[in-house]
Amino acid sequence: MSIKVRYFASLKELVGRSEDQLPFVGNLTVADVLKQANKNKVIPNNILAAVNMEYVAFETVVKDGDEVAFFPPVTGG
Amino acid sequence: MKIKIIDTLFDPWQEIQQYQLSIPEVKGKFGATSVFVGTMRDFNDGDNVKGMNLEHYPGMTEKQLQKIVEQAMQQWHILDALVVHRVGDIFPDEPIVLVAIWSSHRGDAFDTSRYIMERLKSKAPFWKKEILVDDAERWVGKNTDGYKK
Repeated sequence: MSIKVRYFASLKELVGRSEDQLPFVGNLTVADVLKQANKNKVIPNNILAAVNMEYVAFETVVKDGDEVAFFPPVTGG
Repeated sequence: MKIKIIDTLFDPWQEIQQYQLSIPEVKGKFGATSVFVGTMRDFNDGDNVKGMNLEHYPGMTEKQLQKIVEQAMQQWHILDALVVHRVGDIFPDEPIVLVAIWSSHRGDAFDTSRYIMERLKSKAPFWKKEILVDDAERWVGKNTDGYKK
């Protein structure tokens, strides 16, 4: 019963780790997950979020077993 | 359709040739092939750049690229598409991205190619970290809008 949280690129460097496992407690939004996993960190406000590899809004409610990812604006190509 | 993420140097022209040989069903059907190749420059934002590291989100990158190509296929009539993107350490003059489109007519090939590149730039989870000539490293903050003059 947990949520996998992943960080990429400059955000990974900022938080100092590439992933977390959070216990699933129900009724959590993507924004709650980010806040709970990074209590003492100021997270830049241009961060994007994905659940199970699809872009989502921060108000999206997460489910048990979800993979939630946070990352800065993408710069490929 | 083929989407390929690659961590070694690739030759876009060879990729196109190989892929075209693997899709004999389009023979005689395509009248247009559009090709876009993105290549690493040795300068950016007023600084000389000697290298770059490209990070990606394995799984999500492929999923998003697949979605982008499928969305393009709903809007334009194309016969096939090939997208190749580098990850890892890249140096100036090396190709970063290839988008090749096969279609019956040029309009669809040109438009699809542009659409895929612009969507890739804003949606595919890749991140560039540049290495400057004095070994300083910096993340590229944001992609520019390709339609902006």
